[in-house]
Amino acid sequence: MTATAVQAPPRRGFIGLPIDRVDGRAKVTGEARYSADAAVDAPLHAVIVQSTIARGRITEIDESAARAVPGVVEVVTYRNAPRVPALPFDFTAPVSEELAPLQGPEIKYDGQHVAAVVGTTFEAAREGTALLRIAYESAPAELDPETARQVDLPEQWFGSPAQTRRGDPESAYERSEVRIDATYVTPIENHNPLEPSVTVAEWRDGELTVYDSTQWVRGTRAALAKHFGLDEERVRVIAPFLGGGFGCKGFFWPHAVIAAMAAKLTNRPVKLVLTREQMFTSVGHRSETRQRLRVGASRDGRLSAVLHDVLMEGSRVGTFVEAAGGVSEMLYDVPNVAVSHRVARLDVPSATAMRAPGEAPGSFALDSALDELAYACGVDPLEILRRNHANVDPSNGLPFSSKHLLACYERGAEAFGWSMRAREPRAMRVGDELVGWGVATATYPALRSPAEARVTIATDGSVDVASATHDLGTGMYTILAQITADALGVDTDAVRVRIGDSSFPNAPVAGGSMSSASVGPAVQDAAMRARGEAIAIATSTESSPLYGLGADEVETSGGAVRAKTDPSRGIAYGDIARLGGGAIDAAGGAAPDDDEKYSFHSFGAQFVEVRFDEELARLRVSRALGVFDCGRILNPKTARSQMIGGITMGIGMALLEETVRDSRYGAVVTNNLADYHVPVNADIPNIEVEFVEEPDYALNPLGARGIGEIGITGVAAAIANAVYHATGVRVRDLPIVPEKLLGTAAASA
Amino acid sequence: MQAFEYVVADSVASARALAREVGGARFYAGGTSLVDLMKAGVERPARVIDISRLPLTTIELRDGVLRIGALARNSDVAYHPLVVRHFPALSEALLSGASAQIRNAATIGGNLLQRTRCSYFRETRWRCNKREPGSGCDALDGFNRAHAVLGTGDACIAAYPGDLAVALAALSAAIVVEGDGGQRDVSVDEFFYLPIVSQAHETALAPGELITEVRLKVDPMHERSHYLKVRDRASYEFALVSVACAVELDGPRIVMAQLALGGVATVPWRSYAATGVLKGAVANEETFRRAAEAALADARPRKHNAFKVELAKRAIVRALRTVCGGAV
Repeated sequence: MTATAVQAPPRRGFIGLPIDRVDGRAKVTGEARYSADAAVDAPLHAVIVQSTIARGRITEIDESAARAVPGVVEVVTYRNAPRVPALPFDFTAPVSEELAPLQGPEIKYDGQHVAAVVGTTFEAAREGTALLRIAYESAPAELDPETARQVDLPEQWFGSPAQTRRGDPESAYERSEVRIDATYVTPIENHNPLEPSVTVAEWRDGELTVYDSTQWVRGTRAALAKHFGLDEERVRVIAPFLGGGFGCKGFFWPHAVIAAMAAKLTNRPVKLVLTREQMFTSVGHRSETRQRLRVGASRDGRLSAVLHDVLMEGSRVGTFVEAAGGVSEMLYDVPNVAVSHRVARLDVPSATAMRAPGEAPGSFALDSALDELAYACGVDPLEILRRNHANVDPSNGLPFSSKHLLACYERGAEAFGWSMRAREPRAMRVGDELVGWGVATATYPALRSPAEARVTIATDGSVDVASATHDLGTGMYTILAQITADALGVDTDAVRVRIGDSSFPNAPVAGGSMSSASVGPAVQDAAMRARGEAIAIATSTESSPLYGLGADEVETSGGAVRAKTDPSRGIAYGDIARLGGGAIDAAGGAAPDDDEKYSFHSFGAQFVEVRFDEELARLRVSRALGVFDCGRILNPKTARSQMIGGITMGIGMALLEETVRDSRYGAVVTNNLADYHVPVNADIPNIEVEFVEEPDYALNPLGARGIGEIGITGVAAAIANAVYHATGVRVRDLPIVPEKLLGTAAASA
Repeated sequence: MQAFEYVVADSVASARALAREVGGARFYAGGTSLVDLMKAGVERPARVIDISRLPLTTIELRDGVLRIGALARNSDVAYHPLVVRHFPALSEALLSGASAQIRNAATIGGNLLQRTRCSYFRETRWRCNKREPGSGCDALDGFNRAHAVLGTGDACIAAYPGDLAVALAALSAAIVVEGDGGQRDVSVDEFFYLPIVSQAHETALAPGELITEVRLKVDPMHERSHYLKVRDRASYEFALVSVACAVELDGPRIVMAQLALGGVATVPWRSYAATGVLKGAVANEETFRRAAEAALADARPRKHNAFKVELAKRAIVRALRTVCGGAV
């Protein structure tokens, strides 16, 4: 059964309408200023130099040629950089690497920042980097997770235990009628947002302002303040627009410190833009994972045991854990579960969160294994998911706040035509091509953090909303305008949303799919408070047409407060503000309940069709359909875009994306977009997206859950499962490139 | 990026004179390849000579020969009715390369001189005999999935990246070069140097020489031609394997055939071995497979690119089957 929280009455308004992005015009006209477009006065340009060894130390730096380049004004290395402390990661100052930049000659990985050349032009600085001579003494580097000498078993990651067990998984597995024991491998992947990471830093009177392409202005502010020993109030971080992030701008990376150091040394504003090549080692990546799945089930496919052991590569200076095993704890109804995460410490750059950290690689492994189980049991692959549906969260026994996964399976199956699927592999063809259908479950936690906002109603009736949240291209500007408009009864055109500034009221990182669910209610609260003040003024001021009415006798619509009995009797917000003697300003906030009554998760079902030209080993995704249960959808248009983006990224993960390090040197070889393949339009079929719109009012008063990440989850498994269905060959290591499919005809013969 | 001198040439003669004046000058036409390499520090020209305004854009058929000016844009050539009608493989090859934007900027002459996509060539941190003769080759035992299996040596296994030249090889095109001794015609085979022949020079172009034209003979065989490109992505990617072929049929029998491979060799790889099998044989699956085996007989794969051998064979069979059409 499904737990459902208290229902709020449905209201008419902008929420739920597919309105266009309110920031769309600014973006397509170039009016929107991204971090690199910051209007600072005559900035210098800094270009970073990175180490070309994986382990060892700098023995010599010859700056003479670099400094001789016309326009080069400074070379920043550990010899002249301001001293800053090495800081551990914490949840308020999310420093990714416990290795302060440019503090000494030690090298911990290939790609470590070792210098920045600062010039009056970008070209001069770049030429300076080409002429900077750095000599190293190299030590043997450890680069292979399988042979690493130090393998950590982290106790927890992000507050969740990293090693868990329930029941008696080993013996339950051994006793199971059907057993699957397989290892699934996901490669290193990089986020590759269109906009590379940027920091523009300016010091003025001991105060630091940075325009930084960050998903977390408050986190960046805290990290910079700690590095430079400043009160947080003396640091301001501004990021009004981002050209994507996908996690690589979520936490704090050392280039931002280097930009601030360079600005300090030169006493000028400094702009630092990472190159595309540098993006592969400077802002994190998704760890390579090797996931052994042991799945035990009854002959009819009911799970009795899941053992999910994850080995990943990790750096020596970062603590990130790719929690891929988490899905096995909560996604299916399994009595006996053991999950382990091991991190092989290597001389490599640090990993970080990448869209659906944990769930993206974890669901590939788990739902591939369930597909294998389906064939082993002779059960339809969708039926095996249904049969193991978890009615309560098996990891903690709590009811789900709102779960409609079975409806996702059902609607998806019907829309996709799943009942037409041939059971056996290699049984479906179109023309000369084999066709395969695959399915997998999408899942991501519905997180929420405290957030604050301020809503101001000006005397001209315009409404200003401010919160230190972010829009990565996701639609945040738009949904906040919709929420405010509905709360006040005004048009979205009257609302101006300002975000991406650490001086605005606090908001969490734009990560973990929590911004809508966290900031949305905060803005709603602030707007309702502003509305309350307006009503108070309108009903208590003698010259108001509503004077004397009670608060329950008025309503708000069309930009005015009106008498319920006679809506033509009303007063516009601007007039109310004037009556009150000036702008109406209201601060608001919202925070999750502390008591843990529910488990909060979003779910979905991913259906995929692949076509396979066996002679040329050419595989293409020809159809994709995702049906999602993500609470109330605030804007179907931006929500659909989020899902299409997630599924597209999932197709890239399944078929194309892989960051390759040279196995001898530990340097990334595929550090450009010709060698690292992201999907192009031609790779992406028509993607259909549907929502099961069941509001989750237990999570927040809006009933909305975040949707940034769930779109990618399950896609790789659905594709790998479809590949098996098409070819009869199970590919357990991503990406599924042609060389892994050259033998399909022989294997099936 | 190193500061460089930018000059504009107003004639072929002036372009060549400007190039001879300084060492390390580079011609600039579409700029799609050169500018990238300058940013990467691989190309560091002291002088860049803009030849994009020279009158070398004509596409015309004269005396049974199609003449394509070296500055004709890839997209203009690909969609030209004479090219589509008489040299379908050329049109297909051009349209399979790069993206629409790049094809609109890239020129035929510049495209022929496109340099390898070997990752170890394109970053100066690595050892590369192509970039610095004698320095070694980090690709030999590195990540060499994209690399060549034909025409390699211990000095270099970088794959020739282009599509155009592969089609031109199968269509027996001539590259017209203007040098001190006037104009000369160079075949595609002669134009590209194997790394075993020279690491310092990739082509037969001497300093200051300029490609002015590409010539293709109208021939029924060229009308039955085809370019097949196999890659990870559906578009905008260099070939893992590509096949250009042209076949003249007499009933079921192959009178003559030319076949060239891309993505698998250090130069556009004209396969005389395949021609030897195909010429006079009956166009059927067995013949195609024998031709494919012959074309790859000398393949020397490395750690990550062994799959290219089988993939190339299959692509050859597919391309021949396609081009022979109903004759099989």
